[in-house]
Amino acid sequence: MFESRSGVFLIAGLGFFGLSFLVMAVLPWAIYYKEPEQTVEQLAARGIIPEFVDLAERYPEQFKQYFGAPTYATYVEALRLGHQVYVAEACWHCHSQFIRPVSNEDLRWGPVSHALEYQNELQRPVLFGTRRVGPDLSREAGRRSNDWHVAHFWQPTSVVPSSVMPPYRWFFDGQGYPNKRGLAVITYVQFLGSWLKEYPYFHGEGPLGPLPAPTPADAPIARGATSGETDSVDAPIVGAATAGVLP
Amino acid sequence: MTQASAAAVPKEPPATSDLVDVRLVLWHFTAGMVFLAVAILAGFLFSLQFIQRYPVAGIELFSPGRWRMVHTNGVAYGFLANVFLGALYWAVPRLTLRPVYSRRLSWFIFFAWQAVVLATAVGLVLGHAQALEWGETPVYVDPVALLGLMLVAVNFLAPIFQTSGPMYVSLWYFIAAFIWTVLVYAMGNFLPQYFVGGAAAGAIGGLFIHDLVGLFVTPLGWGLMYYFVPIILKKPMWSHGLSLVGFWGLAFFYPLTGIHHFLYSPIPLFLQHGAVITTIAIEFVVTTVIINFFGTLAGRGDTLRTNLPIRWFYTGMVFYFVTCLQCSFQTTLTFQKIIHFTDWVVGHAHLVMLGVFGFWLLGIILYLWPRLVGSNAWYSDVLNSWHYWLTMLGTLIMFLDLLVAGLIQGYLWRDLSPWEDSLRASMPFWLVRTFSGVMITVGQFMFFWNCYKSWRLGAPAGAPRREPSRGSMAPATA
Ligand code: HEC
Ligand code: HEM
Repeated sequence: MFESRSGVFLIAGLGFFGLSFLVMAVLPWAIYYKEPEQTVEQLAARGIIPEFVDLAERYPEQFKQYFGAPTYATYVEALRLGHQVYVAEACWHCHSQFIRPVSNEDLRWGPVSHALEYQNELQRPVLFGTRRVGPDLSREAGRRSNDWHVAHFWQPTSVVPSSVMPPYRWFFDGQGYPNKRGLAVITYVQFLGSWLKEYPYFHGEGPLGPLPAPTPADAPIARGATSGETDSVDAPIVGAATAGVLP
Repeated sequence: MTQASAAAVPKEPPATSDLVDVRLVLWHFTAGMVFLAVAILAGFLFSLQFIQRYPVAGIELFSPGRWRMVHTNGVAYGFLANVFLGALYWAVPRLTLRPVYSRRLSWFIFFAWQAVVLATAVGLVLGHAQALEWGETPVYVDPVALLGLMLVAVNFLAPIFQTSGPMYVSLWYFIAAFIWTVLVYAMGNFLPQYFVGGAAAGAIGGLFIHDLVGLFVTPLGWGLMYYFVPIILKKPMWSHGLSLVGFWGLAFFYPLTGIHHFLYSPIPLFLQHGAVITTIAIEFVVTTVIINFFGTLAGRGDTLRTNLPIRWFYTGMVFYFVTCLQCSFQTTLTFQKIIHFTDWVVGHAHLVMLGVFGFWLLGIILYLWPRLVGSNAWYSDVLNSWHYWLTMLGTLIMFLDLLVAGLIQGYLWRDLSPWEDSLRASMPFWLVRTFSGVMITVGQFMFFWNCYKSWRLGAPAGAPRREPSRGSMAPATA
């Protein structure tokens, strides 16, 4: 049996593979299969992130040209495209999207990742990542202003001198304004983590962190710029902050 | 050869020239080396990004991330797969005394596979990647690649199943590898894309990356070692019992370890614990295999000095032991806290893929090439020696360098130091990585040159042959 063709074929080839498939693939699936996988439309229905509206205000011509108005439909479109770019450029080989419960990662980035955060179309295939050349991005929403991202994608070393992230000039049009891909990828990174009840989260000073929440006066500039400005403009449609799926 | 395969040999074995299409082996090796050249240059290019010296920055088609995927996929599907196929076309007919299923099919597979690899590379550069590590192959290439793998399985399983009687160890590994590769590819590329989402798909992704190494590369690699080592040493394997333990242990434990790639992730914790235990179990199995091979070498230690293929093989085995030992530590939750996501893992990956399987395949090419091109000797033994030392030292330096870099990164992250600190601290290590990469690259190109010149030596049929260099380390007798 151990040296025969059929033994090797059936037991080792099919049997052991089948066993591992049951344990390592079917079992986790059986644990989660009842959780519905949300489409991008359902994600968007939780509320458009303020940064998307902000992009429309900052780059009115470009935004109009590529997306039209900041509606649910265009928000969905931007998220899909942003995700596609994120995969195509292998951002996920340099950035993870999961916060582990160890090594102070919750202090650095925010709440530990929860399985349900991945039950959606934008995590198909799942973007856990295996390498962090740059920081984790699953709590990136609102951490930086749109302006920061624009400068950063154009030339990362202009904002972080020691950065080894590549410049992404093809996210911009001839005049240096973000093009469709640029707007989409910024929307996508600003979306990451926006489903949490409280965000953005700066290490050591987030709402759930060890330090008391900062007052508006000592909040970092970048954060003041986005939340301050956009809150008043589109309060009606911004529901993300309160409609999080997670406790 | 062991008694097992010796028993299968009939009185009058058919001439191997009727069984083996030497040109097919040669072409697969050549294609493999061409893709190795591309993949290595891609890796080298990407490594320049890490020292802020990327020469073609800001150009879409040279987006570093895309070339990283060309690097890893080129290595796996272009280099490893091609050279494996070539070596299998050499070994399987000799082990079964039958030709492969169809010569036509073999050539079809050859061209189809090159098309798959090229389409993958072009697709990746154009930005059509799929978000699966090592399955980045654009979705439109996946079905073709799967079909190709099925044809490969048919082509090689036919002669194996047409024969009866005891099978030599290599064939166990090959049979299993052909089935596994098809199943693994189908599982990894289609399930997470079309059927399963979320954290469960993460489990499948982990299983896929791991199985690709464990169920495609590893069994083919070991199968070939069980074939070439006894042949070159002209003595049977030390222990048949250990061969059995090694095969069945690997077959059982290896597939059960996939989730160890995503420890502390949202995949259920009890599954993560299970994967840790099976990973440690593998180390014991691996030890038995290594003992078996060193038992075989015992008494012939001088060949390490005199026979270059054997030196490549055994260097690879030492590295294999090191990676597996490393594996059983790094899979523990304690180590994971620090090293996960760091360069430690990249160091590990290079030691496995290049230091072990790459070395074995280079050793096989080194052994077979003069026979394939008819030169019967290498153009230059000096170049071969340089190739060995540059590649071996380059790999070792890269490995150690990334190991240390990984620890530093891990501790800096845990310390909550600003991210830039970890970048600044890593920069010198990334510089060393690039230099070790230069060593490896130069070594390979010396080898390619040597292959070309040896081919020229053997090429002109009938023309007077140039005197090959003396004292060839690759013994020319078959
Ligand atoms: C070569 C690896 C690499 C690739 C590829 C890469 N990045 Fe980065 N990224 C980094 C590094 C390193 C940093 C940290 C330094 C910095 O902020 O520039 C970073 C930082 C970032 C940040 C800022 C995080 C923060 O809040 O500090 C964002 C957002 C980001 N990257 C998004 C992306 C996106 C989107 C892509 C793909 C289009 C991408 N990155 C591709 C390495 C990479
Ligand atoms: C010139 C020599 C080489 C250089 C400079 C090089 C460089 C690199 C770089 C920069 C990465 C990306 C690491 C990261 O994302 O942090 C990488 C990944 C990888 N390389 Fe190489 N490489 C070389 C040769 C090879 C060879 C010959 C092989 C295999 C035979 C190989 C296999 C891999 C694998 C498997 C990965 C993925 C690692 C991971 O994600 O953990 N490399 N390489």
